[in-house]
Amino acid sequence: MLTIKKTKQDYITDTVIYFILVLLAVTTLIPLLNILAVSLSDSAKTTAGLVTVYPLGFNMTTYTTIFKDHAILTAIGVSFKRVVLSLIVDMILVVLAAYPLSRSSKAFPFRGVYMWIVVGTMLFGPSMIPMFFTVKDLHLLGTIWALVLPGAVGQFYIILMINYFRSLPSELDESASIDGASPWRRLLQIYLPLSKPIVATIALFVVVNNWNAYYDGLIYSINTDDYPLQTYIQQLVVNLDMSIRDVEQVKSLLAVSNRSLTAAKLVITMVPILLIYPFMQKYFISGIMIGSVKE
Amino acid sequence: MLKPTRNKEVIHYHIMLFPVIVFLVIFSIYPTLGSVMAFKSFDPIKGIWGSPWVGLDNFRSLFEIPDFKRITVNTITISVVKIVLNVSCALAFALLLNETRVRWFKRSVQTVVYLPFFLSWVIMAGIFKDFFSVEGLINGVIGRISGNEPILFFTSKSWFMIIIYLTDVWKGFGFNAIVFLAALTSINPSLYEAAEVDGASRWRKLTHITLPSIRPTIVLILILSLQGILSGGFDQIFNLYNPLVYSVSDIYDTYIYRMGFQNNQYEFATAVGLFRSAVAFIFIFLSQWLAEKYGDYKVF
Repeated sequence: MLTIKKTKQDYITDTVIYFILVLLAVTTLIPLLNILAVSLSDSAKTTAGLVTVYPLGFNMTTYTTIFKDHAILTAIGVSFKRVVLSLIVDMILVVLAAYPLSRSSKAFPFRGVYMWIVVGTMLFGPSMIPMFFTVKDLHLLGTIWALVLPGAVGQFYIILMINYFRSLPSELDESASIDGASPWRRLLQIYLPLSKPIVATIALFVVVNNWNAYYDGLIYSINTDDYPLQTYIQQLVVNLDMSIRDVEQVKSLLAVSNRSLTAAKLVITMVPILLIYPFMQKYFISGIMIGSVKE
Repeated sequence: MLKPTRNKEVIHYHIMLFPVIVFLVIFSIYPTLGSVMAFKSFDPIKGIWGSPWVGLDNFRSLFEIPDFKRITVNTITISVVKIVLNVSCALAFALLLNETRVRWFKRSVQTVVYLPFFLSWVIMAGIFKDFFSVEGLINGVIGRISGNEPILFFTSKSWFMIIIYLTDVWKGFGFNAIVFLAALTSINPSLYEAAEVDGASRWRKLTHITLPSIRPTIVLILILSLQGILSGGFDQIFNLYNPLVYSVSDIYDTYIYRMGFQNNQYEFATAVGLFRSAVAFIFIFLSQWLAEKYGDYKVF
């Protein structure tokens, strides 16, 4: 390995580069730290527009208020329920579909037809209105299943999983087949145990996407008790009406709406994502890379 | 000889695929066919299939209204600006990060800048509505430095669009850089070593080795971005906009939502959606075709 002595010019360039990168990281963090600071600040200080990245008049009253608020607790419950149910349903569907579709067309002559359906429905999805009426006609409106079932098939996840299965040595499958293992046993006892990284990746995708979804909660709910947390927050955020032109009007509105409390609700909604973020970083990136591996 | 067992196995494969197909038929194929309501006058009592046909009436009114031109222009403008900004910022970030050699520093910066990608636009909208509000951090700083009146970021059309582009880049630049970072690590290090022996400066190495090496990746990302040209980013705009900035920020998807769920013009909203999907479909195929031709890339 060849090393060339750094010139003074190089040191200056390096300093500038490190400085820009630190600046970018700080810029990314400021809005997040700001909302945390607002949530922990005294209401009087927040309305004066003085809070930056650390709390002024530190107190936790907003958080204690939240944990007595029936509406948000219900919404948190709905969100947890949808995440758990989706995780179960989505993962079963993905694994079951990916195994036969990872076989060669020779071993499974209908593979092409099924692939065509999976890819076709991925490229050409239904639009909002007919989708709403389908869920309505199935009498799912206002139930947890309206949030779980319509998006249960992740075509993209199926493709990720097929690519992963195909990257495993095919001798495994062949020898097990000769030993008389059924496709079910081969999937459950050979393929699945070898596929932990991709299963973890897809599971994280499912959890994050379900936790973050608000739109289905918005259109498939009958009353506000059906809202998952993100829809509850969405309603709150949308009602922070920015369309008022008069500054005084905005001020009086904000005094009532309690900025600190809204901030605390936003922070609470972020917590689960922050908790699983260390795992996501590892698996999402590997997931993207696996997805880009071509057959 | 293997034939009988194989036939038996194929039955199991069909059984494994059965649940997925049932789901796709109910929640994807059936509602996609339901788009025929775009050619009907929708009667809630008769349902999608029982409502009377009206031919192309809904599309005719679509092309006649001034809204249509507005949302088309907005959607394409917003998408194109977002694509250009996202690709260039992600690329610039990847190139900067690639110049650093300290591992822990690299790791820490990545950990921080990837984070916003995983937060929903609902959360981000909540945060930014506070951040840019009259009492927010930005106006607070402006007030203390210059003593000026607070800027109403969300009601001024030009400020609003700046916020839209800025927050979109803010949320995605780190994560979008992953592909570029991967491409950068796959460049053969001996190219740089040879250049160093020849006394090439850092800048020359960037313009003569790095950029040409990842050019195919850049082209590919741009081509693939074409697929989203009719989207414009519903979740972001829907959660940030308000009636005062509809004229510049209303896109197909937000318009469909308002027509359908607020004005109850279901068949008209579906017609807009169908038109959007049909054109988007052309873009998807165009993009795939270009990617295969110029990007050495194959999805399926």
